[in-house]
Amino acid sequence: MPASGSLALPVCALILAPMLLGIVNRTKAVIAGRRGPPLLQPYWDIAKSLRRGAVYGEVTTWLFRLGPVVGLATLAAALLVTPFGGVRAPVSFSGDPIVLVGLLALGRFATVLAALDTGSSFEGMGASREVHFAALAEPALLLALATLARVTGSFALTPVYQAITIGAWADALPTFALVAMTLLVITLVENTRIPVDDPATHLELTMIHEVMVLDHSGPDLGLIQYAAALKVWIVGALLVGLVTPIRSGSVWLDGAAMLVGMVLLAGVIGMIESAMARYRLAQVPQFIVAAATLSAVAFIIRLI
Amino acid sequence: MFEFTAALLLLALGGTLAILLHPRAGLCQLAGQIGAVLGSASGLAAALRVLITGDAVSLTGAWHMPGGSLHIEIDVLSAFFLLPVFGLSIVTGLYGRSYLGNGGGFASTASWFHLNMLTAAMALVIAAHDGLLFLLAWEIMALSPFFLVIFDDRKTAVRHAAWTYLAAAHLGTAFLLVLFVLLGSIAGTSDFAAYGAALKNHQALRSSVFLLALIGFGVKAGIVPAHVWLPEAHPVAPSHASALMSGAMIKVGIYGLVRILTLLGTPEPWWGWLLIAVGASSGVLGVLFALAQHDLKRLLAYHSVENIGIILLGIGIGVLGLARGMPLLAVIGFASGFLHVLNHSIFKGLLFLGSGAVHRAAHSLELEELGGLLKRMPWTGTFFLIGAAAIVGLPPLNGFVSEFLLLYAGFLAVLQPAAAVAVAGLIVIVILGLIGGLAAACFAKAFGIVFLGSPRSEEASEAREVARPMRASMAVLALLCIAIGLGAPLAVASLAGVVAGMTGATVGTVSAELAIVTWPLAVAVTVFAFLIAIAALAWALRARRLAVASVRRGPVWGCGYLFPSPKMQYTASSFAQPLTTQFHLLIRNRETLVPPQGYFPADSSYVSDSGDPALRLLFVPTFRWFDRVVTRLNVIQHGHIHVYILYVAATLIALLIWESL
Amino acid sequence: MYALIETIHAAGLLTCFALLSTSRIGACIRWLSFQGILFGMVPLIIPDDGLTTRTLLMAGGSLVLKGIAFPWILLKLRARANYNREVQPFVSFVMSILCGILILSLSVWLTLQMKPALIHAPFVLLNSSIFLIFVGLFLMISRRNALMQVIGYLVLENGIFVFGVITVVGTPLLVELGVLLDAFVGVFVMGIAIYHITREFGSMDVDRLTELRG
Repeated sequence: MPASGSLALPVCALILAPMLLGIVNRTKAVIAGRRGPPLLQPYWDIAKSLRRGAVYGEVTTWLFRLGPVVGLATLAAALLVTPFGGVRAPVSFSGDPIVLVGLLALGRFATVLAALDTGSSFEGMGASREVHFAALAEPALLLALATLARVTGSFALTPVYQAITIGAWADALPTFALVAMTLLVITLVENTRIPVDDPATHLELTMIHEVMVLDHSGPDLGLIQYAAALKVWIVGALLVGLVTPIRSGSVWLDGAAMLVGMVLLAGVIGMIESAMARYRLAQVPQFIVAAATLSAVAFIIRLI
Repeated sequence: MFEFTAALLLLALGGTLAILLHPRAGLCQLAGQIGAVLGSASGLAAALRVLITGDAVSLTGAWHMPGGSLHIEIDVLSAFFLLPVFGLSIVTGLYGRSYLGNGGGFASTASWFHLNMLTAAMALVIAAHDGLLFLLAWEIMALSPFFLVIFDDRKTAVRHAAWTYLAAAHLGTAFLLVLFVLLGSIAGTSDFAAYGAALKNHQALRSSVFLLALIGFGVKAGIVPAHVWLPEAHPVAPSHASALMSGAMIKVGIYGLVRILTLLGTPEPWWGWLLIAVGASSGVLGVLFALAQHDLKRLLAYHSVENIGIILLGIGIGVLGLARGMPLLAVIGFASGFLHVLNHSIFKGLLFLGSGAVHRAAHSLELEELGGLLKRMPWTGTFFLIGAAAIVGLPPLNGFVSEFLLLYAGFLAVLQPAAAVAVAGLIVIVILGLIGGLAAACFAKAFGIVFLGSPRSEEASEAREVARPMRASMAVLALLCIAIGLGAPLAVASLAGVVAGMTGATVGTVSAELAIVTWPLAVAVTVFAFLIAIAALAWALRARRLAVASVRRGPVWGCGYLFPSPKMQYTASSFAQPLTTQFHLLIRNRETLVPPQGYFPADSSYVSDSGDPALRLLFVPTFRWFDRVVTRLNVIQHGHIHVYILYVAATLIALLIWESL
Repeated sequence: MYALIETIHAAGLLTCFALLSTSRIGACIRWLSFQGILFGMVPLIIPDDGLTTRTLLMAGGSLVLKGIAFPWILLKLRARANYNREVQPFVSFVMSILCGILILSLSVWLTLQMKPALIHAPFVLLNSSIFLIFVGLFLMISRRNALMQVIGYLVLENGIFVFGVITVVGTPLLVELGVLLDAFVGVFVMGIAIYHITREFGSMDVDRLTELRG
């Protein structure tokens, strides 16, 4: 269980993550027949926000300013335990899925409290929805990871993903396919994409995550945008690592395959966003529970 | 042992002096407080000594009653459970005097007596190694809170709560009475050691003993559906008493269950399953009921139900591991249960003390009347935030450590080839994930509505920070939350002794098995240290940037509406509404909505009632039925004294004839 | 071959969960058709039987009837009562899914209990058949719309069919055909009944049949 990978992986993630958002936006634009923003636009957006001054609500406290900082720091820490397919995470130990889930929960708690700190009814609304869906998505993620743990016989993320080879897929095809579907839904939910939430909408009543960060400005907003990109990277890596079972032993080859997979994932998210409408709020829990069910079924099949 | 007896004496002395000095309020309070703090400190020293040396100490005193004996013994298990009792009692003692103030009259004075009696009785229950002594102490422990709950006895609701508590407490005691009579009848004496020996020869009785213990002690611990007394009793007692009751007294129920389990030898697998089922339902229902509440202390009381559920999940996994011969699983399961016992007493104590501070400052515990207190009470707010994050199980605080252990045990079970164990593991993982998510929702609501935003009432806007001793006692508990969180590997490693008592293995073996989890925990703590470093760095960079940029204050976005008022903020009910609607089938809260109608709407209203369905659907009908049946017996209760004497005489004669037959 | 069986099992379970969570009758009928085709293939692939005329006939009959004929009849019926296309559950969809998981766990447990007595049957298919039977019953209990009752009945029939195919080595063909005929007549009778219910009450809500009580 020693530290198994180098710090190069998180550094790559920190550099490349915002690109994913650029790809999503570009895909949407192309499908809609537009040229769309440049792929590097998210970097410029973050840089612009970081350079600006800030406006704070009249009733806000230090907690409002702490929210984005904690949100970013939890994801940066989560990068330490997230393997990138065949590429080992810098740190790996039994039970690191629990730490990953705990870190995501901490980041979310900080964001939610920062939203409530404004005293605005819109942000209260967003916070309420966020905790609602998160309460269902968290067990779904744990369920998916537990199923992978049972199939691969380990519960540290790096060995789990090391064991997902083409041979393993052939051996446990239905199980892996079902878990992959769960993880896809979790990717959409955690990153507040359509059909759960629309990151591009400007109607406060329908938003979830975006409405929570409505009153953040300047560097705080920059941190939030950067954290959003990192979250796509982390949760996406869990999914792409499962569906890209290329384990050649060479870090470069595995990493390259994963990068291609991540780009495809961003494309798929873009396509889903173009093709689907947002669910009614009441349907979202059903969507998440159904996704969790897939993993439960996968687990039960695997019992025998 | 000397420290322990000294502790009991000091507690009793402090309590009695408080009553004797009655008209002089200041002196009473002082006597009660000194008795509580010194006595508990002495008791804590006794417990710590046993835990450090690992050697049990015992005392057998003179006993002048038929049956039973004065056999007190502090072994490692007792010492461990004495930690929350005495530890929390020191803190609540420090807190209580400033909280009660010098007003309050006799109720306030008497509360010291009952508080100290409660502490002493809990300690005696935990230390007693004799069935009869145990039951006697148990009864005192059951009665003292009654007087604490009925503190404000002029209010009907308070009297109702106190009676509910008393009924529940004695319902539990009734099962315990049967349990100990059963144990006594097979053992011949009432000593615990004899019980264990006798149970080896009566294998058939073991399951009945287990079930009786689960119900009897479960009522005290607050498992669903016997939890109904918690949300009634906790809100009306003084806050430091609630902290002691929720932090320590319900743990005594867990202690009783665990003690009986040690006497029962190798458990049956279905006990583990039952404990997991009870734990899962208490955990999920507890947090769901909590979500629907809008009284801060009721909400916290329901969270106690949830946390008892988490503790039982851990113990259930441990029992299952023992029954199926998987020592590692058993060790980690029990370790998580025990650590959560300790953790819960710390953060729940902290949260109740925090709610007391809120009550003192803003004169209300109704969430919809509070708000914006973090600005007005920065210390209390910060401490409450730490407690909230800890109870939700967020890293890097202590709640995360025990939940990490439990999830670790769950993952370990999932990897086992045996389908039944794997399913148990999966259930634990999913249930704990759900509980964690729902608890996060609930505490985002509790903290967000009380401390953030702007005040929703006049009183809340005039709140001031509470007195220094109150802040200090909260600070101690908050620091403990952080210390156990960051010192997780050490905290877990030190559980070896008490876990070894449960699994029957040697301390050395258990230490080696616990080392398997302490290493990942050490790495996890390093990751958290990294997290804190990154956060500090980001904070510093952000501050540097803002030092040169323009920073303004302005109104928040109101969708174009320019005159928002505090009334327009999201409320506690509206925050929880999506979840309470989703789980309506389970929590059965009742809502009445009169929507605004027409172009010129008249009055409209929305009322949500979060009354407990277990009370409404189970206990009230049962007791009403019982009442109807028993009322028929009223014919023999007519007020003629000579006929009553006739009854007595008839009974006496009947008994004499029965005996001589 | 085992991978194929496992895939059928997983896909079959998913069709059940889809039926439990779908709100449109039309979509339910399509899921049912897919399920019929899926389990119609079972006689062809279980190892000991091999490809005989008998298995071909069984699979073919089942595919045609359950994959095509019954769904077609049901779609016709739905078109006739086109004002009511929602499932109208007594139990919400999320709760239905959770009940589905419970039923699945129960069926796994039951399969583990029954397996020693039925050594020939592939475990996963035994599990599917038990699961199908209970899901069918659950659908009939928890849905208000008469069409959903028929769908539940057909899911139940699928379960019995799979159970029969995998447990009884050399089932008399006549018995199989009898079962199919039974289902056929059942669907017909129900179809006629639904037609009349719709005409009489103007809805397919079976809860309204209580109005018939004197």
